[in-house]
Amino acid sequence: MIVLDRCTKYFHRGSVNEVLALNDLSLEIKDGDFITVIGSNGAGKSTLLNALAGSFILDNGSIAIHDQNVTNWPEYRRAKLIARVFQDPLLGTCPSATIEQNMALALRRGKTRGLGNWIKAGERERFREDLSTIGLGLEDRLQDSVGLLSGGQRQALTMLMATLVRPEVLLLDEHIAALDPKTAGQILMLTREIVSEQSLTTLMITHNMKHAIEFGNRLIMLHQGRIILDVDGDAKTTLTVDDLLQQFYRVQGEELANDSMLLT
Amino acid sequence: MTIYAALGALEQGLVYGIMVIGVYLTFRILDFPDLTVDGSLPLGASISAVAITSGMNPYLSLIFALLGGFIAGTVTAILNTKFKILHLLASILTMIALYSINIRIMGGPNIALLGADTVFDPIIALGVAPHLASVLVFALFAVLVMASVIWFLKTEFGQAVLATGDNPQMIISQGVNTHLIIIVGVGLSNGLVALSGALVAQNQGAADVGMGIGTIIAGLASVIVGETVFGSNSIARAIIAAVLGSVVYRLAIALALGLEFGGFAFSPSDLNLITALLVITALITPKIKARLIAR
Repeated sequence: MIVLDRCTKYFHRGSVNEVLALNDLSLEIKDGDFITVIGSNGAGKSTLLNALAGSFILDNGSIAIHDQNVTNWPEYRRAKLIARVFQDPLLGTCPSATIEQNMALALRRGKTRGLGNWIKAGERERFREDLSTIGLGLEDRLQDSVGLLSGGQRQALTMLMATLVRPEVLLLDEHIAALDPKTAGQILMLTREIVSEQSLTTLMITHNMKHAIEFGNRLIMLHQGRIILDVDGDAKTTLTVDDLLQQFYRVQGEELANDSMLLT
Repeated sequence: MTIYAALGALEQGLVYGIMVIGVYLTFRILDFPDLTVDGSLPLGASISAVAITSGMNPYLSLIFALLGGFIAGTVTAILNTKFKILHLLASILTMIALYSINIRIMGGPNIALLGADTVFDPIIALGVAPHLASVLVFALFAVLVMASVIWFLKTEFGQAVLATGDNPQMIISQGVNTHLIIIVGVGLSNGLVALSGALVAQNQGAADVGMGIGTIIAGLASVIVGETVFGSNSIARAIIAAVLGSVVYRLAIALALGLEFGGFAFSPSDLNLITALLVITALITPKIKARLIAR
């Protein structure tokens, strides 16, 4: 169980550019939840994931993962519990290191790195097996540097690396948005496979309403740093894109109404 | 060039090669341009010289020099990581502070090692000629340092160092405290630079507070020469290339100093200008090349 309790985060606080990115947001994530996160630009989706990962310290509120209060843990320490895949395929891997070096780094996520050899006996075989499951032929290219791979290949590798050590929660921040539609589809299938196989607790940001409905067991919609819709179970399976769009327009309409009130 | 001049260049290339490995660690691997080295080279020299003149074994004095350099490096790295001072500025601050510290350590701007024990004595005692003994000792140290650094970079910790320079966000997400990595990495780099300074001082028979001027530029020039001439497609190769680059650089300098055009000859004080021009050329050629190809 992951509990976000009344989380608040301002950016550029005290300046004219002040943004309230998370507004007293609370969320309980059950083990094994696969939550899709939607919302317009600036709604706070990425901020929510970054808050969980520890990219910044909250202005207010607390975060607990399995009863451990991680609110003040720095990002690298939380990495023991959390794995991430970023929108930018370049962020998840080291370009000048080889595929096997990247995987060896990921296999030691959250562990103490000492003066032992960077790769241990048997690990290479394991990497080869794992890579063969994603069907991109990378299992024969262990010694190739990652900079030679395409964005899609790098993102697939990042997905695999994120789950080499089972994370308590997997954060996917629009991880297919920068890929061409075909590759995006493949990575999405891979995501579904890995998440269900390891029954991972997952948060996935997407701009695609269809994906948001199709994937996962729970859906949340963010607006101005708050959760304005939270559906799961049967309610989610009967959800349609139209429902979501209506919800979208309803909050935007309210916004317009507020603006016009201000202007008149 | 006489055989003695060539031997001298080889000797210098090897001993400064240890410094170049240090510069390679920060400049290329950690992507941390570090000017501390201009201060940590004489720091190592001062520590070793003072230790020897007060009766310490010259080999043991090297360990203290290395430690001193390590601490200097960690100061720069802590200023950068914990207090968010720009790496260049942080390193300049440490370098400037070291100037005063080095004079304090020596009790003056320089200290002579005439007649004192040095690391070369045991080799000379074996019957090796003095000018060959220094080449031999420096070659031994250079090989030892190359082997240790290559081994280190192939450990789990070393791989995290490589990744920190390559993609910090990635390695943080893999649970690595990059601040610690940078502190240890810059520390190690300056430890090696100080070791190099200590050996230089023992060779030239004196430590001097001004001996570090231009260290970073000579280091960069050697790194670039090494990469260009010997390649860098694996870590081991890049480290060896750094030392060989240092040797080639010192040979080139010796050659340049021997040149004469009519009445004009280079003097040793022109060295910094020549080196700066060499580094500038190496830094801008790829960009000019890219622009020409784009046309």
